[in-house]
Amino acid sequence: MNLQNISVKIENAEEYSIGSLRALLVEIATLLEEFIRNDTRGSIDLNSLPFAPGEYEQLRQLLGQGEVSAHIEAIGPSEIIETRYPGVWWATHYNVEGDIVADTLEITDIPEIIKSQSADIATGLELLRAQLNDEVKQ
Amino acid sequence: MNEHDTLGERLAQQGISRRAFLKFCAAIASMMALPPGAATAIAETLVKTTRPSAIWLSFQECTGCTESLTRSDTPTLENMIFNMISLDYHETLQAASGYGAEKSREDAMKKFYGKYLLLVDGSIPLRDGGVYSTVAGRTNLDVLQEVAKGAAAIIAVGTCSSFGGIPEAKPNPTGAVPVSDIIKDKPIINVSGCPPIPVVITGVLAHYLTFGKLPALDDLGRPKSFYGESIHDRCYRRPFYDQGKFAKTFDDEGARNGWCLFELGCKGPITHNACATTKWNGGTSFPIESGHGCLGCSEPHFWDGGSFYAPLSTPTSPLNLATEAVVAGAAVGAAVTIANRMKKNTAKSEHQTATVADLEK
Repeated sequence: MNLQNISVKIENAEEYSIGSLRALLVEIATLLEEFIRNDTRGSIDLNSLPFAPGEYEQLRQLLGQGEVSAHIEAIGPSEIIETRYPGVWWATHYNVEGDIVADTLEITDIPEIIKSQSADIATGLELLRAQLNDEVKQ
Repeated sequence: MNEHDTLGERLAQQGISRRAFLKFCAAIASMMALPPGAATAIAETLVKTTRPSAIWLSFQECTGCTESLTRSDTPTLENMIFNMISLDYHETLQAASGYGAEKSREDAMKKFYGKYLLLVDGSIPLRDGGVYSTVAGRTNLDVLQEVAKGAAAIIAVGTCSSFGGIPEAKPNPTGAVPVSDIIKDKPIINVSGCPPIPVVITGVLAHYLTFGKLPALDDLGRPKSFYGESIHDRCYRRPFYDQGKFAKTFDDEGARNGWCLFELGCKGPITHNACATTKWNGGTSFPIESGHGCLGCSEPHFWDGGSFYAPLSTPTSPLNLATEAVVAGAAVGAAVTIANRMKKNTAKSEHQTATVADLEK
């Protein structure tokens, strides 16, 4: 069992809110505008923000879930979801022990990590050719 | 170690996909406080990087720093460390022992002279010729001086090797000193903390390999990306400090409401580290979030800075200071910090000890 499986009661965020959420939403809106105007990708590192207890969960509720979600298995799982605001993606990366190692909001049409990487495509092609050669020999 | 061995080749040998590495670099970018978008650039650079040889020396220490590193929450950090560098000598982690272990260190020093990285944890005793800590019959001082000669750079891991730490605390019976008191002609980066945050060590290595140089350092030789701000500045309880809301005991209403722990001795205002954002135990929390003040373990002489439970400034007037801070902002904040540092220095010179009353406060 890892730490995140331990049940923790989240207290009402409003009691402790230090005003981070509104500032964060304004920043997201600014980055979305920038992406629409100049095709500039943006991202926000959630690990670096000092959330008060409960604010993180409240942000999850505020952004919600949109139409797309992706699960990646690469040195532990990653969950990538498009929020209810198209172009705003929430990428949460876990290690093999299930702890969060990176947690970002990405403002883009599709997060880079979802794409097949060119080095992996080349490796995959080699594997496919090797398999075809094996079949020919058989 | 193969001299032409790159990180990319190493990853390919181990069947680690480029996507997995990109994910790892996203974690690195986050820990180095780089823009998250920098992950792709870091990945592209690192895969082409030749892995440097690294020698890790342990002196007067408790092995807590190595424990911290190997208990890290970063993705397969142990693998990552062995992927990013060729760790040719580490007494606790290596399989070899005795003459074989010493020979592997000597071989690495000879083969990669001027290029290898030296990591040190623990302070170095100088009193009585350094006899208080020896390895293989040689004093720490002797080994450090020999290995440092051929090092490209030195990373002092933990408060003991960075500032002397607990072995250097009064009355310092062994004459313990940090690495920087002995080695003057090599770049030294201090990764302080008791223990240091493991991802900071990873981040420093990643920065060195990505940019080919050590990161920007503060006036105490620590990487600014991790030690640039105080615990107080990044603390989620800071707004309560600004509002003058303080816990007076560990079980009063203020403590239950999560108010500021300043009056309970929190050293956050004079302590620079990344605990408040990086956190511990897989990102679960950090001491203040768990209800205890910061001890200031990443600062020099933290053990001699007075009781952990004595407030940094006069307990009867912080409300006034806090009220003024709201009005006057950073100017007053800076004044408080200076006053706090002075108080800490005074406590250090007087070597205050904790009392039962402090603990019950």
